Amino acid sequence: MSLNTAMVEKYRNNFLQEVAGNVEEGDWVKMCMQCGVCAGSCPLGNAWEHTPQKLFMMIRANKRDEVLTSDSMWMCTSCYNCIVRCPRELPITHIMHGLATYAKKLGLAPQSNPTQWFSETFWNNMMKKGRVNELKLGLSLYFKDGFVSGIKESIAHQKLGMNMMKAKRMAPMEIMGGHGVKDLSGLQKMIKKAQDIEAERLEANSK
Amino acid sequence: MTEVVATNQTILVVGAGISGITAAVEAAETGKNVVLVEKRAYMGGRISQLYKYFPKLCFPSCGLEINQRRLSAQGGITVLTMAEVSGVTGAEGDYTATVKISPRYVNENCTACGACADAVEAEFDNDHNYGMDKHKGAYLPYNMAKPERFVIDPRIIGTEDAEKAKAACKYDAIDLDMQEETVEFKAGAIIWATGWTPYDANKIQPYGYDRYDNVITSVEFERMMDKFGPTGGKILRPGDGKEAKDIAFIQCAGSRDRNHLKHCSRICCMASLKQSTYITEQYGAEDEDAKGTIYYIDIRSIDRFEDFYRKVQNDPKISFVKSKVANIIVDKENNPVVKGVDTEGYHRYETKHDLVVLAVGMEPNVTKESFPVEIAINEHGFIEADEANGGIFAAGCASDALDVNRAVQSATAAALRAVQVVNKVAGAEG
Ligand SMILES: Cc1cc2nc3c(=O)[nH]c(=O)nc-3n(C[C@H](O)[C@H](O)[C@H](O)COP(=O)(O)OP(=O)(O)OC[C@H]3O[C@@H](n4cnc5c(N)ncnc54)[C@H](O)[C@@H]3O)c2cc1C
Ligand code: SF4
Ligand code: SF4
Ligand code: SF4
Ligand code: SF4
Repeated sequence: MSLNTAMVEKYRNNFLQEVAGNVEEGDWVKMCMQCGVCAGSCPLGNAWEHTPQKLFMMIRANKRDEVLTSDSMWMCTSCYNCIVRCPRELPITHIMHGLATYAKKLGLAPQSNPTQWFSETFWNNMMKKGRVNELKLGLSLYFKDGFVSGIKESIAHQKLGMNMMKAKRMAPMEIMGGHGVKDLSGLQKMIKKAQDIEAERLEANSK
Repeated sequence: MTEVVATNQTILVVGAGISGITAAVEAAETGKNVVLVEKRAYMGGRISQLYKYFPKLCFPSCGLEINQRRLSAQGGITVLTMAEVSGVTGAEGDYTATVKISPRYVNENCTACGACADAVEAEFDNDHNYGMDKHKGAYLPYNMAKPERFVIDPRIIGTEDAEKAKAACKYDAIDLDMQEETVEFKAGAIIWATGWTPYDANKIQPYGYDRYDNVITSVEFERMMDKFGPTGGKILRPGDGKEAKDIAFIQCAGSRDRNHLKHCSRICCMASLKQSTYITEQYGAEDEDAKGTIYYIDIRSIDRFEDFYRKVQNDPKISFVKSKVANIIVDKENNPVVKGVDTEGYHRYETKHDLVVLAVGMEPNVTKESFPVEIAINEHGFIEADEANGGIFAAGCASDALDVNRAVQSATAAALRAVQVVNKVAGAEG
């Protein structure tokens, strides 16, 4: 049984409880009084389908699929406008990221969403050497939508790249593989351990 | 020198708002000796700054007048104005209070003729009108002020203006040599009725009270309606002096908010509902431009007041938007534009109004740190009923955010408790 199905089985009709038990800072959702300040304060709110306020109401209304497949939490820029103004001090930004992470773990995150894609690319890039290879990350972003648009993007951002090199923010030789952290395998082991603990926790929660 | 006759059977009442006056009168009517200490130059407290009362829409001056008449008719009450309790020592049945009295520079000969004010040039922000206009350096705090006696602003003492005022007075009422006094007297029980203060709207940054002229507070709106107030009874935009017809009320401005006051201030929903009726009163039902919009989280028109809420809901001029406003900006004409998302349908709005009124919350007047005596205070700063308080009892808004009706009830209760304490003292002394 997949983790997703197990969770559905376990929390049948109580998505609020599922969020409280599994999502980072998720137990705060019940404190939302639906005042609308976060929705009105989110600089990107009008660009997405679900504002934080709406997501929190959907969670209470058991709209599990709509919430977990929503691309809205992936669009959060962590500007903290909502947290600063929320009269109930909900850690909204963290809940947004928590929801995104949880959806990803369940395999429900929207594959086509660019920030979701970028987060994954960023993570994989970082895990290879224990540090981000900015040159490769930048290039993979430019070439995301194919070769032709990649060349166009690169030309468009040529000046930025040159400036970054001048300021020693990017080294051209990094393309050869790039340098890593001192104890790469140690770091990878540590992260693997953390991931295992987290997976076990979710697994146990789903029982 | 101010003489205060008091014993440990005296009841000290601190603050002469509607709660303090009520407590003083009720205690005195049972035959007790009372000293009423008021910080301002006049009695009445905040209700003297309200235009009308919910729910009956009658004038507060009327009830105030009645109470002041009761107060003067009933002997046994010493009223000290411009006075503050700076220290309290002792215990239940045997307190000693220290009271600091600031000089008024005007004695009881004053007939309130106003000649001194005419003679003086200097002007200062008028606190009674929340700084919306100025008063002269010699002034009567407001047209119905009791005691009806002028005050010389200490800021003109030592200037030419002070001499001009003195020269203008035909009744020998001005005494420029008056000094601050400190008096000490006994009391068996103490009633704290120091009331409330509006929450500082400057702290609510997204609403821009400090930046936008046409964003005002609910207490300022009350002053605008007063014929003797800063705008002569007209609803005017402070920005350009034009009539404001399309008015927004923003609820919970600084209340129910962990960044500001955690508590619900309880009266501000009713205050805004009441103030929305001022619009029709001012412009008439036919004026189509005159309208009100109330932005709210939920309307808390506690118990009996539900009827009042219904009536306003049925008023075609008033609309309700269920949403806590996220922020306010201004357009080129300096009109406030209110932004947010409404909870009934999640519609994004960006609505222009002529004037925005912030329904500011109530904070206790005396902060925990500045209390002259050890007392149980809750996390919101209000005085708790607690055995450990001994013979000290809270009345009115010093005990909680209350409307006048509830404030007066709590004042009567406090008076009863204080009377019991001094009765015990009397019993022991035989
Ligand atoms: C916008 C608005 C509209 C309102 N409209 C209504 C309404 O329509 N109907 C209604 O029922 N209620 C209304 N209220 C509530 C009403 O104002 C209060 O219930 C009432 O003022 C409480 O009276 P009080 O005597 O407890 O406090 P206050 O009126 O604050 O009186 C306290 C007194 O104590 C004095 N004082 C303070 N500190 C000291 C000190 N250290 N020493 C000596 N004296 C001191 C003060 O100067 C003041 O005179 C409204 C409130 C607001 C904000
Ligand atoms: S600002 Fe806070 S309380 Fe208001 S809707 Fe958003 S999360 Fe809920
Ligand atoms: S932190 Fe995210 S959800 Fe909050 S206001 Fe900013 S973008 Fe919107
Ligand atoms: S102080 Fe004198 S001049 Fe001033 S109002 Fe009183 S009586 Fe008149
Ligand atoms: S009375 Fe109304 S406006 Fe005032 S704090 Fe409570 S809910 Fe908000």
